[in-house]
Amino acid sequence: MADTATQAPTDVRPPKHVVYCGVCTLPPEYCEYGGTTKKCSDWLAATHPSLHRQLYSADAAAASLSTLSVDAQKRAEKDAQKKAAKAEANEVREAEKRASSKIIIKRVERNKRKYVTEIAGLEAFGLDLKKVAKEFGKKFATGSSVTKTASGGEEITVQGDVSDEVVDWLGEHHEEIPEDNIEQVEDKKKKSAPTV
Amino acid sequence: MFKKEFTPGSKSKVKSSAQRAIRTKVLETYPRLEPHIDELLPKKEQLDLLKIPDRVSLYCLGTTPLFWQHMDDAIMPHLQVVHKYPWAFPRIRIDRGAIRFVLSGATLMVPGLTSPGGRLPGDAEAGEEYGNGGEDLQPGDVVVVEAEGKENACMIGVLKMGTREMKEKKKGVGIENGHYVGDGLWKLDIS
Ligand SMILES: [Zn+2]
Repeated sequence: MADTATQAPTDVRPPKHVVYCGVCTLPPEYCEYGGTTKKCSDWLAATHPSLHRQLYSADAAAASLSTLSVDAQKRAEKDAQKKAAKAEANEVREAEKRASSKIIIKRVERNKRKYVTEIAGLEAFGLDLKKVAKEFGKKFATGSSVTKTASGGEEITVQGDVSDEVVDWLGEHHEEIPEDNIEQVEDKKKKSAPTV
Repeated sequence: MFKKEFTPGSKSKVKSSAQRAIRTKVLETYPRLEPHIDELLPKKEQLDLLKIPDRVSLYCLGTTPLFWQHMDDAIMPHLQVVHKYPWAFPRIRIDRGAIRFVLSGATLMVPGLTSPGGRLPGDAEAGEEYGNGGEDLQPGDVVVVEAEGKENACMIGVLKMGTREMKEKKKGVGIENGHYVGDGLWKLDIS
């Protein structure tokens, strides 16, 4: 209890403002434990040069290792290398996956002249389906939701025929997705009795 | 607790009565937040409740995560809150060697706290930061975990073992299932 009185003056100090890494999101002093140290370091050098100097100087590196045994140093180094290699391999794999993924925008006829548009494959390009579905709903002023596909995946279903608009939207907001990876298809609902 | 990344479930508004209860609970658990509470949980602003996996409730103000609670366990601050007001929480420190284990989601073992780089209340070098006013911490207490050579906390969790026992045994489990920087809760995108 006596403590609270002595602590009171220090308690009113303003909140600390902590910089978070623009690459790995951690406080930059912890970047060395992620797999993206090189990128993190570049980001910090560009955005917070003085903090970068402080964290990445030779002195700082020496200090961070000096308290570890030689064995532990080796392990830490190996660990960091492994992590970096893993992160790199992951990135390559992601890039490959992206190159071969297709976004399929399907116009489906529900009833005569009534359509829904199903958009599949956005997640392969890192898009958040829930957010995009919401955005489409607002943009096209129509119903739009994330739905389960028969194969267990998820896609976005938008009420109405908005295929062309979706293609335009992707071109505008996600230039990183190559046009060749976007495909528009038509799906006439198979009727039980074929009508001619 | 949040080793895997996850997507949040439903979001709802917290009723003002519940909001008051949260404020009370936060102050009961972390009395040293008192001078900051109006800034942290402004009375007139709308808190949101985000349901996240494993029956955890996350309370947010706009896109800022503030506190989380697993079922009826102690209410815990998000590490971004800890980074703003580190002095408002009981703190201990791990040695440098333990950092990479903590950041990979491993259980925090006692030797990481009792080695020369670690700090516990009662240590000669504990100082004001880790001294906890000379009081040992008890099993079940919420503690912030800082790290040797680092300025900001890397984890927050519930002590499995009291700090007095840690100093005697120098082994065993210190904290299980904490929330650490870079975990699923840390990476959660609230927008
Ligand atoms: Zn980083």
